[in-house]
Amino acid sequence: MSRKYHVTATVNGDECEFLCEAQQTLLDILRDELMLSGTKEGCGTGDCGACTVMVDGTMVCSCLVLAVETEGGRIETIEGMAKGDQLHPLQRNFLELNGLQCGICTPGILIAAKALLARNPDPTETEIRYWLAGNLCRCTGYDKIIRSVQAAAKEMREARS
Amino acid sequence: MTATILENSGYNRDKKLKIVGTSPVKHDGLDKVTGRARFGADLFLPGMLVGKILRSPHAHAIIRSIDISAAERLAGVKAVVTRDDFPEIKAGTPGGDMTRNAMAREKALYDGHPVAAVCATSEAIAKHALKLIKVDYEVLPHVIDPVEAMKPGAPVLHQHVRTKGIKGADQPSNVIERLDLSMGDVAKGFAAADVIVEREYDTKPMHQGYIEPQSCVATATEDGQIELWCCTQAPWVYRDRLTEILKIDQAKIRVTQSEMGGGFGGKTGFYAEPVAILLARKAKRPVKITLTRNEVFRATGPVSGTRSRVKMGVKKDGTITAAEAELIFQTGAFTGSMFFNAPQAMFTRYNLENVKTVSYEVVSNRPKVNSFRAPCVPQVVFGVEGVVDELARKIGMDPIDLRLKNAATEGYKTIYGETFGPIGFVETLQAAKKCEHYNSPVPEGQGRGVAAGFWFNRGGETTGTLNVATDGSITLILGTSDVAGSRISISMMAAEELGIPVDKVRAVMADTHSLGFNRVTAGSRTTFATGIVIVDSARKAITELSKRAAQIWGVPEEGVTFEDGYCRPASSNVGTFEPMSIAQIAAKTTPTHGAIAGHSEMNVTGAGPGFGLHIVDVEVDKETGRVDIKRYTVVEDAGKAIHPLQVEGQYQGGAVQGIGWALNEEYYYGEDGRMQNASFLDYRMPVASDVPMIDTEIVEVPNPRHPYGLRGVGEVPVVPTMAAIANAIGAAIGIRPQSLPMSPPKLLKLMDEARGKGGG
Repeated sequence: MSRKYHVTATVNGDECEFLCEAQQTLLDILRDELMLSGTKEGCGTGDCGACTVMVDGTMVCSCLVLAVETEGGRIETIEGMAKGDQLHPLQRNFLELNGLQCGICTPGILIAAKALLARNPDPTETEIRYWLAGNLCRCTGYDKIIRSVQAAAKEMREARS
Repeated sequence: MTATILENSGYNRDKKLKIVGTSPVKHDGLDKVTGRARFGADLFLPGMLVGKILRSPHAHAIIRSIDISAAERLAGVKAVVTRDDFPEIKAGTPGGDMTRNAMAREKALYDGHPVAAVCATSEAIAKHALKLIKVDYEVLPHVIDPVEAMKPGAPVLHQHVRTKGIKGADQPSNVIERLDLSMGDVAKGFAAADVIVEREYDTKPMHQGYIEPQSCVATATEDGQIELWCCTQAPWVYRDRLTEILKIDQAKIRVTQSEMGGGFGGKTGFYAEPVAILLARKAKRPVKITLTRNEVFRATGPVSGTRSRVKMGVKKDGTITAAEAELIFQTGAFTGSMFFNAPQAMFTRYNLENVKTVSYEVVSNRPKVNSFRAPCVPQVVFGVEGVVDELARKIGMDPIDLRLKNAATEGYKTIYGETFGPIGFVETLQAAKKCEHYNSPVPEGQGRGVAAGFWFNRGGETTGTLNVATDGSITLILGTSDVAGSRISISMMAAEELGIPVDKVRAVMADTHSLGFNRVTAGSRTTFATGIVIVDSARKAITELSKRAAQIWGVPEEGVTFEDGYCRPASSNVGTFEPMSIAQIAAKTTPTHGAIAGHSEMNVTGAGPGFGLHIVDVEVDKETGRVDIKRYTVVEDAGKAIHPLQVEGQYQGGAVQGIGWALNEEYYYGEDGRMQNASFLDYRMPVASDVPMIDTEIVEVPNPRHPYGLRGVGEVPVVPTMAAIANAIGAAIGIRPQSLPMSPPKLLKLMDEARGKGGG
């Protein structure tokens, strides 16, 4: 059996420990060890964005991050997006504006959109489209995804002002 | 004919609807925005093993022997399976093809064809074990292109194939079938034409491109009970076919559908599922197999590539007098392209009398194709709508007017024998002609194109159950899969029938033990057919609720009516009783007769054909040949939009899939017959920055054979897309492309030609 490494990190605010093989990705560990299967694998090569998570405040494809690299890291996944009963405005707007069809790309897109709005609370349509260009969706044609992000951004701006 | 329909759909144009036509949040949505929804790969069972498949690196090779001994000896490997573990089924039968596609038998027929599989305690061990399997191949010459595959002397994939539809075909051939479908007299029709246009087209295979790779978990007990969890559009079809190729009793296998991360037709047939079952049976532990994206590209899907020749004639007044086509469909290594849809649908929407088509289905050394929205139709409509556009130009007629002049209407007898009932093609064209996009000037430097499309829409075998809970809320058990929101649309119809809020209804998708057979979730049939079955179930439940009310009141059954969620006395003669709600009646089911439910199974007929027209503005970069989609409008008849936001979503998603097919998506094969772009990086699907907002206009010409008038909206949105874009490019650069994808190098070449002709 190949050697396993001990890693300590926080996931959605909770401290957690896991053992991983050297070649295992953060995505492998999230899904198969930590049972956080909300993060999806669409390609395993960083091309589809379905596995998007935040590590130390940076948006990453978790299939391209080795799990051992996250020692001491702060990991945020879709499971941590709602606060108690309170959905994030992005989650709520995706529901209300039909920003999802099958839903497989949705967790990655929500994480990516949240990262966008943290940097740019008032993005143009073009800025949203380019920011989300790393997140493939095959169902929606993107229209209602973009509108959901725009609506959430507006709501969040209004809540702040 | 055993087909049945809802005897009286009860369609009433004037009925005031409270729920149908609104867009409530879908009940399954919350789990999808929080990460809770369980898709194919999201089942984790105690003791579960990882399954991996060894695939042929050769496009065509005899498999002389497979040595699995070293893999079996590797610590952590729990089972290895090969062709020897599959029951023998004669080649050339449907079961014979299915079993050979699941696991190569005599020969590997394409790059990526499964050859062996292992399951082990970890993915790393499973991958290592694959490397220890020794396969002795005798590599054969291969053929990728269908036209090459038709030529004498081409490498033959299947020695048993004799071309169906050709008299006296006695030699092995790659041509599975020649299909002739004609009506009227095309010679007479062309003789009456003032202008005839004939063009040749080719389209490339594209992948369905669902973001969720196929994934399944199989378990098997010592006494032969099988449980299969998988993402599928067709649990019952999987069950029936799996039992056929694995020789299992149907009652001993239960297929449970997960949430499905996109299918678009690509999850109507299985791949790793029988392999997982055999591994689980050998290992006596649960086995999960999740395909990699590389495997998805090399060995699942895609859509048929085509070659076509289309010829049409028109009179100066715009009357189309004849249409003729010759079509070649590549089906991959095995038959199953559904190419017969193409000659039936390609010209259907125009009221033609004289049509002649000849179609061929051809095997070559590529993965067996699978369904995709409106299987095999968009590829050939790409040509038809190009010719129609050219006819309009040549006689100086507006392209929508030409289509209106020839639009099929109620009473038209189609080439496939159906006589149209009420249809909305004319209304769709009129709406397009009136819309702001079509009436806006074409911006400087851009080209505008339009194209029309048709799909039959489908019904078929469907089952469902509606249960009334004791508090009056409703649970639905649905046999079809939910690909994009059918649970909410069907719940809405149930709520409308019962006169209760839709929040009181919850639907689940059944496993194969819970309902009778359901046909595949495909062809835009689900909201239509399952909708009918659930409406029928609701009406049965209402009859039962009324009986219970009669029992409680001590009056005859006919003395009770049901209206807006309440049972009421039918008249004052019956007596004075306060109306009783479903909840009040449900609370008394114990003293009456027990649980109240409605159940229905039908082979649903009465699907209403769908029509659409797309308008697109493009700009072509003169330096690079890149196409920019500037504006896009989908106009389509939904019959009735049960949930308008979701209908718009179907229109938009279909159009953008078509944009990918039009501009980028294709398979590259090397000289060695291996796919060279088996990743999302190299197989370029549209991303958010490639496309604009997609405008939609929902036309509603009701289908009276459905209780709420709906037709089905999933297929039509992709049918005219590539043609519309090609027509727009033609308007922009002066030459209408005839080959997909319309990629930059091809367009640069066309622009050079156009300049040579003094155009562009």
